[in-house]
Amino acid sequence: MFRLQVFLIVSLGAALGAAVEVQRPRGVPLEKRHFYDESRPFTCLDGSRTIPFDRVNDDYCDCKDGSDEPGTAACPNGSFHCTNAGFRATFIPSSRINDGVCDCCDTTDEYNSGVSCQNTCRELGQKERETLEKMAEITREGFLLKRQLIEEAKQGLQEKQGKLSELQASRKEHEEKVDALRTVKETAEQPEREAKERHLKAWEAQKAALQLEKEKAKMAEVFLELDGDADGLVSVSELQTHQELDPDGDGALTDTEAQGLLSGADKVDSAGFQNVWSNIKDKYVSEVRGPSCLLLKSGETDFWLEVSVHSYPEDDAGDEEDDEEEDDDDDVPEEYDDKVTCHRCRPMCATCSSLPESLEKEISFDFGPSAEFAYLYSQCYELTTNEYIYRLCPFNRVSQKPKYGGSETNLGSWGSWNGPEGSKYSIMKYDHGTGCWQGPNRSTTVKLTCGKETAVLSTSEPSRCEYLMEFSTPAICQEPPSLETVAPETDPHDEF
Amino acid sequence: MVWFLVAGVLLVLNGVRAVDRSNFKTCDQSSFCKRMRTMGLDQSPYRAILETLELSDSRLTLQLINDNNKVRLLLELYRLQGNMTRLKINELKPLRSRFEVPDVLVGEPPTKPLSMVSRDEAGVVLSLGTDAHQLVLNARPFRLDIVEGARVLLSVNGRGLLAFEHLRPRKDTNTQKDSEGEETTEGAQEEGEEREEEEPGMWEETFKSHVDSKPNGPSSISLDFSLPGVEHVYGIPEHAENLRLKTTDKGDPYRLYNLDVFQYELYNPMALYGAVPVLLSHNAQRTMGIFWLNAAETWVDISANTAGKTLSGKVLDHAQVPSDAPQTDVRWFSESGIIDVFIMLGPKPSDVFTQYASLTGTQSFPPLSTLGYHQCRWNYNDQEDVRAVDAGFDEHDIPYDFIWLDIEHTDGKRYFTWDAANFPQPRDMLRGLQDKRRKMVAIVDPHIKVDSGYRIHNEIRSRNLYVKDKDGGNYEGWCWPGTAGYPDFTDPEMRAWWASMFAYDKYEGSMENLYTWNDMNEPSVFNGPEVTMHKDAIHGTWEHRDVHNLYGLYVQMATAEGLIQRSGGVERPFVLTRAFFAGSQRYGAVWTGDNAAEWGHLKISIPMCLSLGLVGISFCGADVGGFFKNPGPELLVRWYQTGAYQPFFRAHAHLDTPRREPWLFGPQNTALIRDAVRQRYALLPYWYQLFYHAHRTGEPVMRPLWVEYPQDVATFTIDDQFLLGRHLLVHPVTEQGSQGVSVYLPGVGEVWYDAHTFRRHDGDQNLFVPVTLSSIPVFQRGGSIIPRKVRIRRSSTCMENDPYTLYVALSPQGTADGEIYIDDGHTFNYDRQKQFIHRRLTFANSSLSSSNLSADSQFTTASWIERVLILGGQEPSAVTLRTADGSRSLEFEFDAATSVLTIHKPGVNAGSDWTVLLQ
Repeated sequence: MFRLQVFLIVSLGAALGAAVEVQRPRGVPLEKRHFYDESRPFTCLDGSRTIPFDRVNDDYCDCKDGSDEPGTAACPNGSFHCTNAGFRATFIPSSRINDGVCDCCDTTDEYNSGVSCQNTCRELGQKERETLEKMAEITREGFLLKRQLIEEAKQGLQEKQGKLSELQASRKEHEEKVDALRTVKETAEQPEREAKERHLKAWEAQKAALQLEKEKAKMAEVFLELDGDADGLVSVSELQTHQELDPDGDGALTDTEAQGLLSGADKVDSAGFQNVWSNIKDKYVSEVRGPSCLLLKSGETDFWLEVSVHSYPEDDAGDEEDDEEEDDDDDVPEEYDDKVTCHRCRPMCATCSSLPESLEKEISFDFGPSAEFAYLYSQCYELTTNEYIYRLCPFNRVSQKPKYGGSETNLGSWGSWNGPEGSKYSIMKYDHGTGCWQGPNRSTTVKLTCGKETAVLSTSEPSRCEYLMEFSTPAICQEPPSLETVAPETDPHDEF
Repeated sequence: MVWFLVAGVLLVLNGVRAVDRSNFKTCDQSSFCKRMRTMGLDQSPYRAILETLELSDSRLTLQLINDNNKVRLLLELYRLQGNMTRLKINELKPLRSRFEVPDVLVGEPPTKPLSMVSRDEAGVVLSLGTDAHQLVLNARPFRLDIVEGARVLLSVNGRGLLAFEHLRPRKDTNTQKDSEGEETTEGAQEEGEEREEEEPGMWEETFKSHVDSKPNGPSSISLDFSLPGVEHVYGIPEHAENLRLKTTDKGDPYRLYNLDVFQYELYNPMALYGAVPVLLSHNAQRTMGIFWLNAAETWVDISANTAGKTLSGKVLDHAQVPSDAPQTDVRWFSESGIIDVFIMLGPKPSDVFTQYASLTGTQSFPPLSTLGYHQCRWNYNDQEDVRAVDAGFDEHDIPYDFIWLDIEHTDGKRYFTWDAANFPQPRDMLRGLQDKRRKMVAIVDPHIKVDSGYRIHNEIRSRNLYVKDKDGGNYEGWCWPGTAGYPDFTDPEMRAWWASMFAYDKYEGSMENLYTWNDMNEPSVFNGPEVTMHKDAIHGTWEHRDVHNLYGLYVQMATAEGLIQRSGGVERPFVLTRAFFAGSQRYGAVWTGDNAAEWGHLKISIPMCLSLGLVGISFCGADVGGFFKNPGPELLVRWYQTGAYQPFFRAHAHLDTPRREPWLFGPQNTALIRDAVRQRYALLPYWYQLFYHAHRTGEPVMRPLWVEYPQDVATFTIDDQFLLGRHLLVHPVTEQGSQGVSVYLPGVGEVWYDAHTFRRHDGDQNLFVPVTLSSIPVFQRGGSIIPRKVRIRRSSTCMENDPYTLYVALSPQGTADGEIYIDDGHTFNYDRQKQFIHRRLTFANSSLSSSNLSADSQFTTASWIERVLILGGQEPSAVTLRTADGSRSLEFEFDAATSVLTIHKPGVNAGSDWTVLLQ
């Protein structure tokens, strides 16, 4: 309540000051009133000079600091105080006094220019209050969401760390097991051979069936994904959205090449796609990484364990050749050749193939002071404009794709937090995107604003190949100063 | 803007960043240039047939005959008012009429009586008004000499290089009827033709994949001029070249052929965007000019010679020239048209400017605001972008007057339209600028998208106003919009229609504060020969070959007319053009095209604009920062500092460059740029006054030093510094990492004052001036008075009523003079209703007074005299102001360290009579 009263008095005083010219020279803020005493000579505020008081605001600059002409444009460095009752008091450069442009909402800057200004302070004040209130509400709610995010991130991190050490442990355990089995194998090779062969056969059959089923499911999934226009056919241009399928590795999947992959056809249906699939499955990289990975990360189905379980333990121990074959088929990194195959995961999600590494990587990201930005990891957000679909995958990359077909352009990969000192986490920088002709590589600056929703608000290209995105997220919301004081502080304006 | 698409491909192929020379013809690749240039230096085959001489009051006609082919030419000689001679040569009986350039001269030049002094078998002598000035015509071979007393000023055909390819029927169509028409010279002409026909490229010419069908065959012309005693010649813009022209014996001649040159190179004679066929010669005694009025492809050879080698014939009876005297020979040759030459005899530089202005007019008087700073970029993306950049200037307290929109603002490069997504409410945007008293320029190029849904295209097509191809269909070429038609701006009906399109109700979204930029008007045709129009395209009855260099002038002429008409003839227009010709000064401003962010390009902006100023085009500037590539902060700052002191001050940048608004390079560089722009705004009263003078007299605003110091040989080659009017000398820093510049201060017995420190320096010396990044070496001549407005505001319009500070720089004799010019800043009322203030400011005998220079004009201003600075002054005991109302004493202070006397607040109206006395 005390704060409120002080504010009232100041505002009233200011309003009176503006109305009654005698009280202080034009353009002087109330708090400097005492420097301008008309009964005494005026000393420039920098102390450089003393002049008769009638030379204050006489439209001739006497003081180097401009302090003798607060209400005229005579000094190059002067400033003029607008009281702006009903809104916010402000200073404007004195060069804007009587320049024919309305600057102060209370019109006081244009007292002799012939231009007629409207007093808009009340409107502006109203508008500002509304905006502030809205902002305050967003901040309040956003901050609550942020707290939640922090909490979740904390748990997530613990889980991940737990999982990582578990994985590392299990890997160790497996290695130990392998050693043990090898010993067993060496000692009990002979008696076990028969049983093993039988066992192996059954296992092979089961594995093949499983594999086929998985393959089919995968193929269907890819078909749907490729069929961008959902016409039940995969066309050359749809295939071309996957440049990684380029057979000659020159980086461009030409029409002819794409047609080749489609066995010479322009379009294929799902039945015809079987042949195509065998052409492309080794290279195909799915676009729907986010959700797949998220699924894995959340740990709802313990995919990791599943993979471990269905690999036949003795397989590795017993048959080196088979092992190598699997290597070829699945292109599994060597360090996991024994247990850690990732059949299902790999084609869907390139980043999952080395799960412990990706976990380590994720854990090592700077997700903000309280990891409040962790929830953005592996997510993607899109914004569709007139021409393009923009996609922001935080901590990964930004891309742009023409709305009506054409290949995707990389607008930058995750670089760093790039905000100014004190608000480092307000800006994300993505760089080293696709190069521009005669220009730099594309890059994107993502400005974060406080919002309840997580969404890309706008995109622009202020400079060629330098993109700017506005992204709202609760994670950037600051703690409101005090939920109780925000509202009353703006109220007194209503009384004017 | 540039030929981006095709050039881009070439660039990738060639892997080079400079101009692709193979796109543009060398003299060898231009068949007439090659033919002309390989012509022998034998004796001229032309002889004057004196019996045919006819002399009326002001005109002499005489037939010339080529003794090799018996083709007769008709020579016309005129003595023009203002010490000029006009020389026209055409075929006596051409097969078809030959093109004579219309619309460039402001009128038929007034003549003066021409009288015969003597006549004999060898030739005639004519008087050019005074006894001393005579024109000596030698009959065999034909040559003309202009003499002054015993001095030969200029010789025509002294080297016998007059050539005139007469029009002839095509061999395969050389029917009976044609030969019958040949009359008396028939037999000999046939014989002559036999020989000439052997030359290649006369009837068809191929350049790269482009075929020029040349239905009219060879038609080129040539003439040489000798300038005894001359070692310095200037002009013939536009070339990326030093101020002083070089001799061309070792390479190609200077070429004049308006072309869209992608990434032009410096210091070479290649043609650029514009052409003004005017050459100035200068020595310590005399300045002269040669104006070659021809709009076809033109080349100019310059060689150094000695006078004795070319002196012959009748002139030897009249004049003696030391045979070893230096001489400059100039030879012009053009592909078609006639020989029409104006010889401007000076003798002073200012006389040549007046003479040339009397022929082609003066610089249009621009709205005051256009002398402020212009912020441009390809492109400001949308209305929000424009708003944000506008706000940026306020936030950083940098004044500007115009923000510009390049081609992307249109709906698919359909000019006169707006992109619906990015500029949905152009009037709102323009009103937003108007509220800040600022303005906008939007681009309107002359290529018109061929699109049946585009009103402009449909109307031009239905009115049959497009340029035609050789087969009579509408000519089409590629440009920004894809396939485009090219309106025939040589047609007055087309120009009138075009002008009407700028009416506010026709040009949707336009308002009073929207002005126009004509780019690509060479014309640029991406898939045409040399990136321009095919020479066999048809403009009415003429080939493009005949009118090429005029196209750009006509585009700007029609646009300027449109801006005048839309205001009911009240408001002055502003139109920027890239292509230009002699006379373009009447229609607005030009810039030096698509330069690059390189120190060399910054440096060459000075001679390029100086050369343009010498031939009438004062409103010149270069893209600040450089169009292509990215300037580092130092180059950008130096470019702002240089541009602030050049007539047209606009920053511009290529689409592919990173943003470079003045505040994007850190606070220190922002402050440096702010300071440079503010210096510009403080000097706007002086700039405006200089443009008023340029408009009245034709004198350049930005001048080479030799123009004001014509006898000082040391100034003749200086092009790293220049004068603004007579009073300011500017030596911009154009070297990277510069620690100082050597400034030549001219004038024996004169003094100069550093414009920033007021320190006084003697004239006639090279002064080393140490510089920091904030330095712009500028000096005010002792003896001058310059009015400034030191209250810098958001835009020039905001400063309209602000008071003046007078900078009185005393000569060693303690005198100074200057002027002040004030009007409403934007209408024609200064001219039509004589609404202006023009006063002389004089300081002599310790008193400064303001007196009226134009008694019959009337204007009232709110501006007053705020302060007077007397540089090089002494401390008075009292200062008194005298006006019609009486006297009162004024406060003052004297700084002994700098000898600057500051007089406070005379407070008198800037339009009134007053005197300030120092006692």
